[in-house]
Formats: sequence, C-alpha cells, structure tokens
Amino acid sequence: MAAVTADAGGRRLVDTVLRARELSILAALIVLVAVTTAVNSSFLSSQGIKDIFLNASILALLAVGQTMVVVTRNIDLSVGSVVGLVAFASGKFVAGHDRNVLLVLLLGMAIGAVCGLVNGVLVSFFKVPALVVTLGTLYVIQGLDYYWAHGQQINAADVPSSLLDLGNGSVLGIPYLPLITVVVMLAVGHYLRAYPSGREFYAIGSNPDAARLAGIAIRKRILTAYLVSGVLAGLAGVLWLARFGTVVADAAHGWELRVVAAVVVGGVAIVGGLGSVYGAALGALLLTTIGSVLVVLKVNSFWQDAIAGLLLLLAISVDRLLGLRVTRALRRRNARHGA
Amino acid sequence: MTESPPILALASVSKAFGAVRALQDVSLELWGGEIHALAGENGAGKSTLVKILAGVHRPDEGQVLLDGRPNEFHGPGDAQHAGVAVIYQEPTLFPDLSVAENIFMGRQPRARFGRIDRRALRAETAKLFERLGVALDPDRPARGLSIADQQIVEIAKAISRDARVLIMDEPTAALSGNEVARLFAVARTLQEQGCALLFISHRLEEIFDLCQRVTTLRDGRYISTETLDELTPDDLVQRMVGRELDALYPKQETTPGETVLTVSRLTREGVFTDVSFEVRAGEIVALAGLVGAGRSEVARAIFGVDRYDAGNVQVGTTRLRAGSPTAAMSAGIALVPEDRRQQGLVMEGSIERNIGLTQLRSLRRGPIISRKVERDRAADWAIRLQLKYARLSDAVGVLSGGNQQKVVLAKWLSTEPSVLIVDEPTRGIDVGTKAEVHRLLSELAGQGLAVLMISSDLPEVLGMADRVLVMHEGRLAAEISREEATEETVMAAATGRTRQEAA
Repeated sequence: MAAVTADAGGRRLVDTVLRARELSILAALIVLVAVTTAVNSSFLSSQGIKDIFLNASILALLAVGQTMVVVTRNIDLSVGSVVGLVAFASGKFVAGHDRNVLLVLLLGMAIGAVCGLVNGVLVSFFKVPALVVTLGTLYVIQGLDYYWAHGQQINAADVPSSLLDLGNGSVLGIPYLPLITVVVMLAVGHYLRAYPSGREFYAIGSNPDAARLAGIAIRKRILTAYLVSGVLAGLAGVLWLARFGTVVADAAHGWELRVVAAVVVGGVAIVGGLGSVYGAALGALLLTTIGSVLVVLKVNSFWQDAIAGLLLLLAISVDRLLGLRVTRALRRRNARHGA
Repeated sequence: MTESPPILALASVSKAFGAVRALQDVSLELWGGEIHALAGENGAGKSTLVKILAGVHRPDEGQVLLDGRPNEFHGPGDAQHAGVAVIYQEPTLFPDLSVAENIFMGRQPRARFGRIDRRALRAETAKLFERLGVALDPDRPARGLSIADQQIVEIAKAISRDARVLIMDEPTAALSGNEVARLFAVARTLQEQGCALLFISHRLEEIFDLCQRVTTLRDGRYISTETLDELTPDDLVQRMVGRELDALYPKQETTPGETVLTVSRLTREGVFTDVSFEVRAGEIVALAGLVGAGRSEVARAIFGVDRYDAGNVQVGTTRLRAGSPTAAMSAGIALVPEDRRQQGLVMEGSIERNIGLTQLRSLRRGPIISRKVERDRAADWAIRLQLKYARLSDAVGVLSGGNQQKVVLAKWLSTEPSVLIVDEPTRGIDVGTKAEVHRLLSELAGQGLAVLMISSDLPEVLGMADRVLVMHEGRLAAEISREEATEETVMAAATGRTRQEAA
C-alpha cells in the first residue's frame, strides 16, 4: 500500500514537471505582456494581439511538424528552405492568374511532401544522421530556390485577393492563420497522444533498441514524421505568401533554427521521447512575443536573436536540472525494494 | 492420434558474428505443453539462440521451423505475430513512457475511432501486476525503476501477449523468492494451456523445479537434449562444462602484500551508496552482483570517469583527486572497461596505435611521436600477451573478441599500473582465449599487481577471486572469502536474500 502511494507520488511529480513547462511558458508570456503593457499601453490593443498571433502562426505550424521529428530523436533543418521554396513557387503559380486557394494550398503541401519524403527516405532507409541529411537538403532546396528566382520577387499586386484574404482575413473575428495553426496543432497533438501509432513516435525516441525489439515499424514512423514536417512546411510556405504578398527568394531564411529553438523552449527533449506539440506551439508564441515586445520597448532588433538564444540555453539547463531531479526522485520512490 | 510437430524449432542452425562463431549446428524443439530448459555457461550461445528465435538475428545456416514448416522471421515483429514472446535478460523499456504503455506498446486496448482506451490500458496492467503479485503503479514512467521492477515489467509484457511460445532468458536473475514463485505459477498455467516455454537460468534448482527437458550448449555447439527426470544436477554441470574447471581458471596461490587500493564510503547519489573496500597487492578481488547493481559505476568513479558525492579513493597512501582519470592513471590505476568496442578501443585504429594510446608522451622523440617506438612497444606487448594478428598496422576491428581484449590489456599494462580494474574481462570471448586471459590475470597478481575484477560470470568469480565482494542495489551486500564463496552464497547476497531457501 505504501508502495502504491509512493509510486503515485512519483507520477504526480513527473506530471507536474511536464505540465509545469507549459504553465511556466504561459506565466512568462503573461509577465512579458503585463510589463510591456505597463510601459506602452497600446501593446495590448486588439490589433497588437492580433499581430502577435498572426506572426506566431507560421512559426507554430512549423514547430508542430518539427515536434514529430524531434520526438523520434531526429531533426529537420530543411523546413526554412522549404517555406522559402514553396512561398516562391506558389507565388509564381498564382501570379497573374486567378487560382483557386485550395489548389494553391494543395500544390504547396505537395512540394513540401516531396521534400519531406527525400529527408525521410535518406534518414530512415539509408540510416544517414538526420543532422547531415537535412543540412544537405536545406542547402540544396535553397540553391534550387535561388537559381529559379534569379533575383526576381513576387509582388503582392500579382497575388489574387482571395489568397491574400487567407493571410489577413478572419472568420467571426478570428484570423484564418491562427485558426489553421490551432486546428493542425490539436489534430497532431491528439494523434500523438491518443493513437497507438502516435505513441510509437515517443517510443522510438525514448529507446530505439527497445522499439526494434517491440516490433515497431521504425522506418515507417520516421518517414511519416518527415513527411508531416514537410507537408506542414509546405502549408506554411503558402501561408507566408498569403500573409506577406511580397516574397523574395530568401523568405524564411534561417527559420529552421528559430523553429528548433521554439520546440526546445517548448519542452520537447532534443534527444527524443518527451514533449508535446502544445508546448512547442507555446514556445513559438513566446519567441514571437519577445520579438514584438522588443519593438515596442524600442530595443534594437539585433538583440532579438541573442535573447532567443539565451532563452534556449535557459530552457535546456532547466530541462537537464529537472531531468536529474526527477530521475533521482523516482529512484528514491522505489519503495517496493526498500530497506 | 498422430503427434503434431513442435510449435517452434531450430534445425541445424549456425550463426557467426565476424570471426566469432556463436552457434554451430544447433537444433532445438519446443513442444506445446512443455517447459524446456536451455543450459550452458556464459558465452555458450544461449542469448544468440534466443535472439534467433525472437527474429532479432537470422541464422547463417539452418532453419527456424514454425509448426513444422520452415519460416523466416524478418524482424522481431514477425516473431511476435507468430506468437513468440520473449523476456530478455536485460530489460528493454521506454524510460519516458508509462509502465502500462511499455507493456502494451503496439497492441494497446482500443476505444472508439481506434484511439487508445486509457482506462482499459490501466486496468489490464493492474490485473497483470495482480497476477504477478506486485504493487507497481501502471501510470508511473519506467525511468528510475529498479532492475527487479524492470524485469517484472518485462515479464508482464511477455505474458500479456497470450503467446504460444514464451522464451525466458534468465528472468529470475533479479527477482526475490516470492516473485520467482509467482512467475513459476504463471509459467505452469501457460504450460497447461498448451504453450511451449523455453527457460534459461543459471540456478540449476530452478531448472529442475520447473522444466521437463533440457538442451545443453557448450561453446556454441549442441551437446544434448534429455529429460530432466533422468538427470542429476552434477550430470548437467558436467554437460555444460565438459572439461576440467581448473584448466579454465588457472589460479595461482599468492600471499597478499600491502594494501594498494583503499575505497572509503564512496557514494554517488542514486547509483551506489557507502561502498568501502581494500585491494592488496597480489590479490584478485572480484566485484560480483547483478547487472545494474552499480559495479561498473563504482569502477568508473574510482578511475575518475564519473564523479562521486561522498567518500574517497586512496592509492597507497595518497588520496586521489575525484573525477580525474589523469590523476588516477598517474597514481597507477588502470581500467579495462566493460564495453571493448565503445570504450576500450578505437576500432578503426591499428593495433599499434591502440596500444600506444595510454602512453603517448613516452612515445615521443622530441616533440613528435615516433612511429618506430610505437611499433616496437606494440610488438613487445603482442609477444608477451600472445596476441594473434597478421600485421600490427591492422585495424583492431578485424581481430577476434579475445584478441581485442588482449590489446586493451596491453594498452593498460603498458602504463605499468599498481592497480588493475577489469570490467567483465572475458565477456564475448571464446573459451580458449578466456583461459589465456585468466592465466594472464593470475600471473599479474602473482607479480604483485592488485586486481579488481568485475564479473557477471559466476564460475569466473569463484575460480579466480581471492575474495568476493557482492553488490546489491548500489550497496556492498557481502564480502565472501575464497573458501566460503559458492554459487549459492554469492547469488543470495546479489539478490538481497539473506538466506537461501532450502534447496
């Protein structure tokens, strides 16, 4: 009996720690917003909030895809390039035509899917380390994009209004962009949590050898993770075009690292097995909010990257510290064989 | 009534890993309604055989027969679908997932829309634990479970599969008497239901208690299959060993000299606690215990690879700086690690490079390392340890396990240590070389070296050690002299049983 309560205590502790991550990001957000509003009251205007959510949407969408990959103990660095390529490609596709929005979205996601498939096949079937594969595809896709764009850019005037509406319009006062992100996040989050195949992503990242012995289709799952990450990057590319209208070849340049930062700040373990898409999305929201706050507080925007970096280091240190604590606490609570 | 074929069988199976022939021409038949024992010493090929049955390895030659028909398992998944469940010797859990999820991974109870039915998952896990008579919370993560509890989870996983074939690779090693009794009750129920069971244990009384027939392996070869009724424990040991024990464990009698290594109250939180012992010159002290008892961790802490929270380590009269392998080496400690391939050697590097690694400074002529000195030293050690190789410039990766171990030993002996710590010195080594390594250790001790030997191989511990220290869950549970050390006394201390149940 004593053993059972001690075990339950261990579980509560772990639960609390995991949830604490999401709660602490929320707390940080609230403090951040409160302080900034105190300095400049216009920050919390409805337009201000809307801007933050609009800006965070694309990053959060990418963070959701990245979470699936990172949870399996892999990484996808190519997403920034995919966003850039898709934004430009779909810009070219719609320029001067009145294309159906759905068709554009499908095209973008298809391009993303191809990129994800290449990553996934290389990582899962040829067993090349993910860092190397996706660093490679990052440069290859970027190179293709630059070659194709050749210094041109897509102008908002060439983009049909129906598409621009997707990026800036709203339904019932809620902008489309955050709506899409939230729907995707909930769907992926639910899948990862509630479905047997979803749990296998965590199992693979938690202990690959055990996953093999458990008969889990490791290659299939990793391929799926990259495919989802690619498709969501494609979706993000179209949304990028819809939101900004004007697209140059190096759109979303360097975003891969922002996405990884958001995911890690959001509590997804970089060594896999732990974390949720909700945390990752919150991480994206926090990073974006910091960006906006710096603008409002008139801090030189050069500081933005440095602050994101500091936050990343803080998050990783806290993870490591908490991880050690939890492991130790769980060991101590092994009352069954005590004394 | 014509007899149906065995549920699972191996027909003349061979398997080699590089130069090591793990199994040669081995056959085995597992019949429904029978508990079959697999006996053999460490390194006899038992675990390889289990992995072939489980679909982890594919045989180089021979066949796996399922219901009498040749069958090829392409992976562990195939074997599971065929109804083969395995309890592995070393638990393979997902630390981040809950205990319940660990057990039901891949076949969770489903609710509507194919979602996981968490309530049923929890309830079924609780039911399994009740059947096994343990109080574990289904919802706690597997991280931080003791080895015994991890083993319980593995057992629950295997029996929850409702398998036709249950393979148990030393499932009782970490369990208490009560838990073993529960496991046996479950095994007998499965037997009555017509399952085929394969049971591996180093405790002979368990084999005689539970099983009907036994297949014996020795050095990767098939020796015999017999009914246990017609066998005595001595017969079985004779089949397993098949040679004079003295030849394998050539222990020289020595008179221990001064105390060389003193470990006092060494503690690393959550890993090991209050470990104190001494090793004297000329003495071989074995550190025995179950996997996960903290033996290797103590060795790593002594050598300074890992930090420790309290206590100290003395070599002679000087106290060692904690957490510094450099300090440990200059004080005269050498550590031959458990995992040769990962920690002991640079596998792509040549024999001479590997041997030279610990003594790079002394290989210099001026500021530059002299290839000639490196080669001469390597050649010298190769002769002294009777290393079998083609050229000294060959990568160590091409050597057999035993010769690789000799290279690691040469690498450390060239530092002229006063304390040699060897962690599992003969794991995965063929019997011939094993005897050579033992002779070498014995000679070194005879020359006044203090040897601390960590080993999971009980005959090795009993055959080689002047004294046996036994660890249980991070603490020193017993110190047993050579005269009093038997399989029973050591295992009783290692499993935390104060007394052995009547045999």
